[in-house]
Amino acid sequence: MTMIFGVPLAVFMGQLMLGLINGAFYALLSLGLAVIFGLLKIVNFAHGAMYMLGAFATLLGMQYLGVSYWAALLLAPLVVGALGMVIERLLLRRIGHLDHLYGLLLTFGLALIFEGSLVNFFGVSGARYPTPEALQGGLQLGFMFLPTYRAWVLVAALVVCLGTWYVIERTRLGAYLRAGTENPALMQAFGVNVPQLITLTYGFGVALAAFAGVLAAPLYPVSPTMGSNLLIIVFAVVVIGGMGSILGAILTGLGMGLVEGLTKVYYPEAANTVIFLVMILVLMLRPAGLFGKEA
Amino acid sequence: MTFIKKTLASSIAVAAATSLMATTAQAEISDDAVRIGYLADMSGTYRDLAGPGGLEALEMAIEDFGGSVNGAPIEVFSADDRNSADVGANTVRGWIDQDNVDLVAGMVASSVTIAVTKVLEDNDKLGIVSGSAASSITNEHCTPNHIHWVYDTYPLANGTAKAVVEQGGDSWFMLTADYAFGHALEGDVEKVVTDNGGTIVDRIRHPFPTEDFSSYILQAQGSGAKIVGLANAGADTVNAINTASQFGLVQSGQQLAGLLVFLNDVYAMGLEATQGLLLTTGWYWNMDEASREWAERYYERVGRMPTMVQAGIYSSAMHYLKAVEATGSDDAQTVRSHMMEQPIEDFFARNGRIREDGRMVHDMYLAEVKAPADATHEWDLYEIKATIPAEEAYRPLAESKCQLVNN
Repeated sequence: MTMIFGVPLAVFMGQLMLGLINGAFYALLSLGLAVIFGLLKIVNFAHGAMYMLGAFATLLGMQYLGVSYWAALLLAPLVVGALGMVIERLLLRRIGHLDHLYGLLLTFGLALIFEGSLVNFFGVSGARYPTPEALQGGLQLGFMFLPTYRAWVLVAALVVCLGTWYVIERTRLGAYLRAGTENPALMQAFGVNVPQLITLTYGFGVALAAFAGVLAAPLYPVSPTMGSNLLIIVFAVVVIGGMGSILGAILTGLGMGLVEGLTKVYYPEAANTVIFLVMILVLMLRPAGLFGKEA
Repeated sequence: MTFIKKTLASSIAVAAATSLMATTAQAEISDDAVRIGYLADMSGTYRDLAGPGGLEALEMAIEDFGGSVNGAPIEVFSADDRNSADVGANTVRGWIDQDNVDLVAGMVASSVTIAVTKVLEDNDKLGIVSGSAASSITNEHCTPNHIHWVYDTYPLANGTAKAVVEQGGDSWFMLTADYAFGHALEGDVEKVVTDNGGTIVDRIRHPFPTEDFSSYILQAQGSGAKIVGLANAGADTVNAINTASQFGLVQSGQQLAGLLVFLNDVYAMGLEATQGLLLTTGWYWNMDEASREWAERYYERVGRMPTMVQAGIYSSAMHYLKAVEATGSDDAQTVRSHMMEQPIEDFFARNGRIREDGRMVHDMYLAEVKAPADATHEWDLYEIKATIPAEEAYRPLAESKCQLVNN
């Protein structure tokens, strides 16, 4: 059997595959953060809570309204995104002129409120969301058994990531958006409704988190605390990629998934810390992040 | 002269009265109330196995007891220890200094419990531990001021691992939470497995907590071991079992052994993912008539079936209150020695008794999670396969490192 650093090739390939899937997840979540930070300069600590709300919307939608998984893929991001827009309109806009720190505290407080109220109703054990019928079972890849659902997560996350990147970097709407955040007064003079654009952007970033939540619902128990553990890792990914860099967030997300996956084989004890080690190294050598522009 | 005599006489009378009061106070209930502090994780990872439901069980016990002991009212305090040893110890110090709390109940995370029992020992107050797992609580960390009620890691390993090896599961892959509790449980399990003729093929220590177990499950599948032993708890166990189910671990011929699994975990995961799982439990709500009757009363109030920890909180509070009533005292040592003299037979404990190391030994049960087709309703989760007799289940006193045991 071919061995790679003492690990059979088949196991090694399997781990790379899993790393890629987790990476796609990180990419999707950090993308939303990067959009919100890059375009609106808001450090959105409520991102984990929005991811959690996406998963809860999926679960409760099925339990009480009979909404199917496929419908939830569209509806949950819309509902949570609308909530995000309300938050932007009523709260974030009022402190837009203040230091970033205020936005961070506000969103962190909101995250605690969302989590705390759901813990009160649902406890912390979490509930299980069934894997949709069409995606049950698995594929025998030769080197591993890959559950179909995970393959779907990889594809869905990559498509949404690349679509987002394309819209922001390559279309007219994306150009308005970038210009509107660069020089709002000028854009307004051209007749573009900048405040509305900002509300929509925040809503879209939040909807991305909720979309990740829908994808996560059949994988992990749906629980009020599911977002808070992930949030810190996702922030590290954004910092490594370069705050605000869209492509940086996507590529770093995938890369960190792979790094973490390999750590789980060679030194599992460090699996939760390896991303932060990379972050420290990057901050020391390239403070603006791998893909960030030097300030 | 008469004035001096009168003053003298009355001061003697006052002195006599005070000293009389002081002596009777020792045999009576201090400041005319029995005060119980309930300390548990009320909002974090371990909330659902004890938490607010455990507080409800404690209040049920007090109501069933009549709300007072020998005329002295029973008062309850409660606090969230947030799984922090500092928070727990400081809360209990405050309860003792300011509120004259006599008993601390609940107690979940083992680290918090070890810190709190030291405070109880320094102040000579009593504690009854219901939620914690570490067997060291009545071994190297034993004190004359606490009792450990529901279960510990020794019977978990002894019950589940032994039964699994006897059924032919003789090669094990250990998946262990990388902290003190996981290491202790892993050690206990590996000893039981090798003592019974099995082998440990490999082990992985995963960070605590871990969200994604797919990599570890894949490695377990590659190991060729018959059994994948989960020496972790709470959300980690839930995540590991869910992932194993997605990767078809059981379908491909391996079996899972959950070493610390609570009713709320199985309920959360559902029978589809957990069917066939073997586990050791101190109590199950549907194990007989007495258990069912109590559990249904609890269900009426809380809307969930009780875990073994929540049932143990009720059972231990009752035993404590009866001892206070019988001795007419809430002094820690008086009550503890009376509790030790009385055998424990109630809806929760069978063949129960408190040993000198503070361990309440009672019958433990080996259970198997039902298949979805066999369950008649949503809380019909376990089938009891075997009873592990009280005297065999727990670490024998002969092996004890507790200072209260003469070895």
